[in-house]
Amino acid sequence: MPPNFWRSLPVVSKSAARRNPVLARRSFLGLGAALTGTFALDAARAETAEISPPADAPWSQSLGAGVVDRPYGTPAETEAGVIRRNVPWLTAGTESSISFSPLQDLNGIITPNGLFFERYHAGRPDVDPEQHRLMIHGLVERPLVLTMKDILRFPSVSRIHFIECPANGGMEWRAAQLNSLQFTHGMVSCAEWTGVKLSTLLEEVGLKKEAKWVMVEGADGAHMNRSLPLEKCLDDCLIVYAQNGEALRPEQGYPLRLVVPGWEGNVSVKWLRRIKVGDQPWFSREETSKYTDLMADGTSRGFTWLIDAKSVITFPCPEKPLSGPGLYEIRGLAWTGNGKVKAVHVSTDGGINWQVAQLHEPILSKALTRFSIPWRWDGKPALLESRVIDETGYVQPTIVDLRKQRGTNSVYHNNSIQTWQVKPDGSVFDVQIG
Amino acid sequence: MFRSDSHRSVVSSAAKLLALTAACGVIVCASPVAAAEPGHFGYGTVATPEQIAGWDIDVRGGDGAGLPAGTGSVSKGESVFADQCAACHGTFGEGEGRFPKLAGGKGTLKDDRPELTVGSYWPFAPTLFDYINRAMPMPTPHTLSADDVYALTAYILNLNDIVPGDFVADKDSLPKVKMPNHDSFLWKDPRPDTAARPCMSNCANPADIKITSTAESRNLTPRTTGPLDTMQPK
Ligand code: HEC
Repeated sequence: MPPNFWRSLPVVSKSAARRNPVLARRSFLGLGAALTGTFALDAARAETAEISPPADAPWSQSLGAGVVDRPYGTPAETEAGVIRRNVPWLTAGTESSISFSPLQDLNGIITPNGLFFERYHAGRPDVDPEQHRLMIHGLVERPLVLTMKDILRFPSVSRIHFIECPANGGMEWRAAQLNSLQFTHGMVSCAEWTGVKLSTLLEEVGLKKEAKWVMVEGADGAHMNRSLPLEKCLDDCLIVYAQNGEALRPEQGYPLRLVVPGWEGNVSVKWLRRIKVGDQPWFSREETSKYTDLMADGTSRGFTWLIDAKSVITFPCPEKPLSGPGLYEIRGLAWTGNGKVKAVHVSTDGGINWQVAQLHEPILSKALTRFSIPWRWDGKPALLESRVIDETGYVQPTIVDLRKQRGTNSVYHNNSIQTWQVKPDGSVFDVQIG
Repeated sequence: MFRSDSHRSVVSSAAKLLALTAACGVIVCASPVAAAEPGHFGYGTVATPEQIAGWDIDVRGGDGAGLPAGTGSVSKGESVFADQCAACHGTFGEGEGRFPKLAGGKGTLKDDRPELTVGSYWPFAPTLFDYINRAMPMPTPHTLSADDVYALTAYILNLNDIVPGDFVADKDSLPKVKMPNHDSFLWKDPRPDTAARPCMSNCANPADIKITSTAESRNLTPRTTGPLDTMQPK
């Protein structure tokens, strides 16, 4: 049978047309390319009506594409707008920059690999896994060079953890600026990571008595390096090669990255090539010039690794407005670097009154947690907020509280309560209240 | 290398097994999977001094540990900078377009719009050597000689009036340079620094709830539908 056998069947021409319904309709109606955009839209609406019950849809009366039509699966074409996006004015170029996950279109705690937010300091390197090496040295008994094959032989673990860039929400310190969930909160993503415990590797090289700090370094052009206290390394850090069941994506550090659960994303060094054990921190550029928090009085805080508890309503949001009064489910995400989410409260009146939202399983340590609450919208203006409490009892603060402590120039670690303004027409806006 | 190493690890785990057996003879052997000794798995190869030397590039900010041999003057730094760095950072470190400023901003840290630069913000001078060496020039990182990196470090410090024009940077002089903002850092996280309480009802006076800012119509937000928005005027 020739490979294009099925394609020559008449039913498949319908199925090909299905891939571009507008074109299909055009040829069906015999109107061709002369159609104006608006007209095409009207035609599309007419067609939508036509294929609702009781009518059968074209995809119900034709043969679809076969297996391995897409040997590596891709989302439906109609989902093409669900992509990572950047804010062009934020950085000089895209090589040292950030992209944001489309949280408004995600439903669950796991971020699909192609939508995990990106942060590079020297672009995305294409690392050859055959040539890649992990060197572990410094205050150790037995310095090692490991290949990827070597690393895969060590006992493996899988854990679900979020990674959040501490600059998530960094543009909102002064005022509401970006009218979008994707851009106010999209520097957080969550995945199942598989790899080796860092403690296993540190035991394998043997720590000397003076060992107190660990430096981790990437193989990219930035040679990104950060210092980590030894206790954290021995606690829950992972050296991972897999993300949501498949090899890490190049964007996420292929073939090997560190995951430091619950701490600011920058320390989870990607394309990891070197671990050096020492007795003092390194005070690298990324933990002095950057990733330090400037206070209003001119002093700065360094080594502020922890991601404090944070939550956000993901529906409704500026990208997903309401369509008229009625019953809705308010949905959102909550997370904390301090363990598990204990409770989430939701307010629809700007924080005057709060209700306890339902948390959805699984509720995992240092992972995104879903919450929801039903809400009957009366069509009047509303101010929606969510507030998380983590297992230490810490309560997510307001932006006013945070500014009181830190001023407006600290860039990082804005974990404040987000307010969404709902207007009578159902549209939603990013606002701050005081 | 690989051979002799794997041999050694076999010997060491055999010795460990013996030790374990001996211990079990005396006390109850509760946990045979106790913390592994170095070389327990025996995977990989022991790093050679040459391998380590090639990759061991880190310089510690606090004491300059790891600074290599070499030396560089302010005037040499000026010419290397003009060649390799000025296109992005400006001839005097003033920063082209949105590329970072490397000089100036002194005394602005308490301002409404502070300017964070090497001179106004960085706490440690050896960090400057480390960063230029590992990450710059951006298009071809880690390709400069140690002498050139020392010279660039000297030049940028001089642009910030931190060292005089005749300063020569090397592994002894750099750790002695005191950065103006050195003492302003707290290296211990003071958080939690807020103590909100989970009030559930009548938590605020409705009259006090005012919208203080809105992102509506600010024209800062890229489109979040369709293809990527470059935000270029059409
Ligand atoms: C193609 C443009 C480009 C060139 C050329 C370039 N840089 Fe940079 N430089 C950057 C960018 C972009 C950053 C910010 C990178 C980041 O934050 O990830 C940066 C950051 C820096 C910083 C840190 C600034 C801070 O306050 O944290 C220093 C220092 C620096 N560059 C020095 C140099 C030197 C020295 C050279 C020449 C050898 C050089 N750069 C060449 C683009 C460039």
